[in-house]
Amino acid sequence: MKARVHVMLKNGVLDPQGEAVRHALGSLGFDGVEGVRQGKIIELDLADGTSEDMISEMCEKLLANTVIESYRVEVL
Amino acid sequence: MRAAVIVFPGSNCDRDMAVALKAAGAEVSMVWHKDASLPDDVDLVAVPGGFSFGDYLRCGAIAAQSPICKAVVNHADRGGYVLGVCNGFQVLTETGLLPGVLMRNANLKFVCKTVDLKVETSASAYTEGYNAGDIVGYPVAHHDGNYTVDDSTLSGLKSDDRIAFTYGDNPNGSVADIAGVLSENRRVLGMMPHPERAVDAGHGGTDGQALFRGLVGQLAQA
Repeated sequence: MKARVHVMLKNGVLDPQGEAVRHALGSLGFDGVEGVRQGKIIELDLADGTSEDMISEMCEKLLANTVIESYRVEVL
Repeated sequence: MRAAVIVFPGSNCDRDMAVALKAAGAEVSMVWHKDASLPDDVDLVAVPGGFSFGDYLRCGAIAAQSPICKAVVNHADRGGYVLGVCNGFQVLTETGLLPGVLMRNANLKFVCKTVDLKVETSASAYTEGYNAGDIVGYPVAHHDGNYTVDDSTLSGLKSDDRIAFTYGDNPNGSVADIAGVLSENRRVLGMMPHPERAVDAGHGGTDGQALFRGLVGQLAQA
């Protein structure tokens, strides 16, 4: 089985990289980009039957830093 | 006083740290990240700067899961002293020994220069060699030094006098200009600037000597 973990900065945490991307889009002439948030996607190849609880534990312990990041697990 | 310097793949300030500790009178052993235990009777563990594990995933995240870090956390839980500098600070936040997180510098640039720091408290083994309010020059060299904590943790850090150093001219966007913070028991210090790069006249400044001398002196008596 496969799972995809989406890691994003929490709302309210300033994202300087997203902000730089927003500026760059503006200078390319794309008007109206009001905000950019940059995150990451981590794809996991897992043994069949791996529980969602275990995937959440992976996120809590390593894949996301929950001080500033939130995560969402998508089992494929 | 016995100190251990942890070495990860990608550490690059480990030898500077060892030299600074030895110059202050410590006995120093280097400890590889795959070791599961620290040498006996270690008083201080130093987690050095560098780019452990290539900063993969997040700075310090992989190092924080290494076998030696479990031993470092146990050492701290037993009341042992831990100093994390630069990448070492990032590792300590990832282990949970210190609150907060070091994010990408607000201006997105790698910053490498000597900065003025204000010593915010002399009430720790690390800073007792200074007076609160002293201005010291330490080099910084980092891309991810933008210290971030939530508001309630920040007010706790302030009210408990746990902010050790602040920047004079904030180079990275850190909240409240924070350059270094102490743990609740004041025995764990994490800081982005490099005291070990300011201990020899050849470094261009010796403001870091007082940190190592004070630390070694205080732990030698303990």
